[in-house]
Amino acid sequence: MKAFAALYAELDGTTSNNARLAALVRYLRRTPPADAAWAVYFLAGGKPRQIVPVAMLREMARHAAALPEWLFDECYQAVGDLAETIALLLPPAALTDEAGLAEWVEQRLLPLRGLPPEVLRDRLDALWRPLDPQARLVLFKLITGAFRIGVSRPLVVRALGEVGGLDPKRVAERMVGYTDLNARPDAARYLALIAPEGEDAAGRSGGQPYPFFLAHPLQVPLDQFDTVLGDPARWQVEWKWDGIRAQLVRRGGQCWVWSRGEDLVTERFPEVADAAKLLPDGTVLDGEIVIWHDGRVQPFALLQQRIGRKTLNAKILRDAPAILMAYDVLEWAGEDWRPRPQAERRALLETIVADYVHPALELSPRIEAADWPSYATLREASRQMGVEGFMLKGAEAAYGVGRTKDVGLWWKWKIDPYSVDAVLLYAQRGHGRRASLHTDYTFAVWNAPPDTPGRALVPFAKAYSGLTDEEIREVDAIVRRTTVETFGPVRSLQPTQVFELAFEGIARSPRHKSGIAVRFPRIARWRQDKTVEEADTLAVLEDMLAATAPPKDGG
Amino acid sequence: MPADLIVARPEGLYCPPGDFYIDPWRPVDRAVITHAHADHARAGSAHYLCAAPGRGVLEARLPGIPLQTLAYGERIVHHGVELSLHPAGHVLGSAQVRLAHGGQVWVASGDYKLEADGTCAPFEPVRCDTFITESTFGLPIYRWQPQAQIMAEIVDWWRGNAEAGRASVLYCYAFGKAQRILHGVLQSAGADGLPGPVVAHGALAQLNAAYAAEGVTLPPMMQADDLPARSPLRHQALVLAPPSAQRSPWLRRFGDAADAFASGWMQLRGTRRRRGVDRGFVLSDHADWPGLMQAIAATAAQRVIVTHGNVPVMVRYLAEQGWQAQSFDTHFGEEDDEAAPAAEAGA
Repeated sequence: MKAFAALYAELDGTTSNNARLAALVRYLRRTPPADAAWAVYFLAGGKPRQIVPVAMLREMARHAAALPEWLFDECYQAVGDLAETIALLLPPAALTDEAGLAEWVEQRLLPLRGLPPEVLRDRLDALWRPLDPQARLVLFKLITGAFRIGVSRPLVVRALGEVGGLDPKRVAERMVGYTDLNARPDAARYLALIAPEGEDAAGRSGGQPYPFFLAHPLQVPLDQFDTVLGDPARWQVEWKWDGIRAQLVRRGGQCWVWSRGEDLVTERFPEVADAAKLLPDGTVLDGEIVIWHDGRVQPFALLQQRIGRKTLNAKILRDAPAILMAYDVLEWAGEDWRPRPQAERRALLETIVADYVHPALELSPRIEAADWPSYATLREASRQMGVEGFMLKGAEAAYGVGRTKDVGLWWKWKIDPYSVDAVLLYAQRGHGRRASLHTDYTFAVWNAPPDTPGRALVPFAKAYSGLTDEEIREVDAIVRRTTVETFGPVRSLQPTQVFELAFEGIARSPRHKSGIAVRFPRIARWRQDKTVEEADTLAVLEDMLAATAPPKDGG
Repeated sequence: MPADLIVARPEGLYCPPGDFYIDPWRPVDRAVITHAHADHARAGSAHYLCAAPGRGVLEARLPGIPLQTLAYGERIVHHGVELSLHPAGHVLGSAQVRLAHGGQVWVASGDYKLEADGTCAPFEPVRCDTFITESTFGLPIYRWQPQAQIMAEIVDWWRGNAEAGRASVLYCYAFGKAQRILHGVLQSAGADGLPGPVVAHGALAQLNAAYAAEGVTLPPMMQADDLPARSPLRHQALVLAPPSAQRSPWLRRFGDAADAFASGWMQLRGTRRRRGVDRGFVLSDHADWPGLMQAIAATAAQRVIVTHGNVPVMVRYLAEQGWQAQSFDTHFGEEDDEAAPAAEAGA
């Protein structure tokens, strides 16, 4: 814990990504693998299920600091982070504990889960006493799961790459699933992340999925499609399904379903897992999990409801049946098919879905048209179809890693002309029915790509509508909890929430800080699945803006 | 019950029998100034009174004012009110104002901190019946480490940067905090142990001179232009600058410098991150929570009036602990730096 707390302090004590990388590499090199295994897990975003009820933590802290409840709450509101508040309030002490991170997590923290309150109270109290404030902060952050310190998963991957002398992309592949909710990091899994190339040939024998290949938004006027994209025949066009991106892995007689968040969701979707059992070993399919009824996709909300259920009963499985809408094959007969061209993978996928018939396995159909205007006409049916538009996949494209363009290209040609994932930065109370609730929001995007040192959020749009009353109440509670400053009726907020904003037009505006004005912005969706780091950048808006410019003469 | 010796008026805190104000925010006839920070010492009044060691800094800020000074502890009587000034330990010349009249004693603290910092007379508890206290850091989350420890951390940080060939830019308030750091790093490292040259932003020059004139030892300092563009010393320097210099062209000459901010607000990770600096050094010229409580208890006052800061919290807590507690609305800000949450500035 001592070394990990020191690493935390070092990472937190700089805004330079290079310095953070160097600190991570130093730490990983001198730390026993069992401890490094957990460090990587937490830094890459892993969160164990709740270890201790929050109310219990607060009670413990109040008691130890001898503070009335209201004063503890005042402190919490000023700090905005429970772990930090507690660490700041406990009576000071020196660090006398020498146990490593693995021992802390495995022997001391995880066993707390589910203990009766009277036992828990004493165990909890004994935990923090031998730690100094810095180590306590880390301890309580591990317990509350709010472990964000400006270290992104790609940065952890780079550090591991450096430690293992590996291409970070290779590490990214091995990292998939490492922070899954059910994962239990240990020395062996950690060493497998950094094992020399070749020693992990059999490493894909388990349920390991591949990193997902992600699409880029296509924001080009239709009349430029021929210039930008060329002949439609060079593209594989499919509907863009609005569901949960997933990989279905079938190996060694077992099957796994992975979501794009790299969580194992096999048990959430037993129908899909059942379909996987038909497939031969050494098969990995990529696609979208959607709710499928009467031959058509059902609204995303239905899928969301189903994810929210703790247990799945027969009624839910009947009313909201899930399928995998398969659109790619990444592994076949144990061979990695990702380097092969899209068209070849597609041909194989078609035979697979034809040969292994199961109600929870569908083939995402290819849409064929003579030219781009015809596609545009077909695309107008998207809303009726319950899809988000088209996906355009280069016929020659290999399956890349993440949002890359080096080995192939996928475009998403969405129906909403403009949509941006933005961060809630300011909130103001609403009026009338919404009086006393914070309902008027200002949203921001990043001014630079992730991992840029010192990048900042730039406000660009206000939006007042798009949330349900229930969501408004939830957001209001978050606004109060994360307020940084109050300027009259306006509160500036710690950036914690991401919303998908939809808007109709975009133009340059010197009156706006971002230099950009948008028309009719509204909240399309609360992206609770996204972290603030994942919000869009100003470059996305600039690209939209560029796409509105008339083509140059004589082109 | 005798009438209150100090009341809140639109012009500022007012002593009715003495007919003078303490740190008025509007021009008045007679103004007693607790210290020379801009929110406590404003221009336009006809007569000023401050503690003798504060003359230099006050005149640097408000040149040409009609100023009378009192030695700490020296008593004068004005309209029957006995007035004396006592060290508040906040910045050079800062004073608590003690008033005695009609059998009661009132003390207005201005801003204060308890730990002696070597750049001004240390805080002195003054017994009174009613104590007017600030509450800038009036939450239990604010607890300071000893100054010597923070100074050692600053020197370590500076040394690490200098060895890596990076200048160390430290933002701090130009009056008080800057001189405290200059004096403190010198004490901590010794004149021969400083990792590199010290460069002071132009905004500090006059105040540094005022401190030096009062006998406060400061390290030798350079102006940015004293170092040639290619001098390696540029990358070993500790650069002290006011917060307003952050991202200014003036700083570009130091290249890829490490930066830090020194303030009590740096206690919170969020404030530190919003500043966008590498490091935050928790160093305040105000009392922390234990300090506030200790100072209040030491006055043996029955009644406590809370001003600027976390007023409602302090009033409620003191009341629960058995004090007769109330608040005054003032226009004092929290000059500890500009990172102060605006929410509390209005409270």
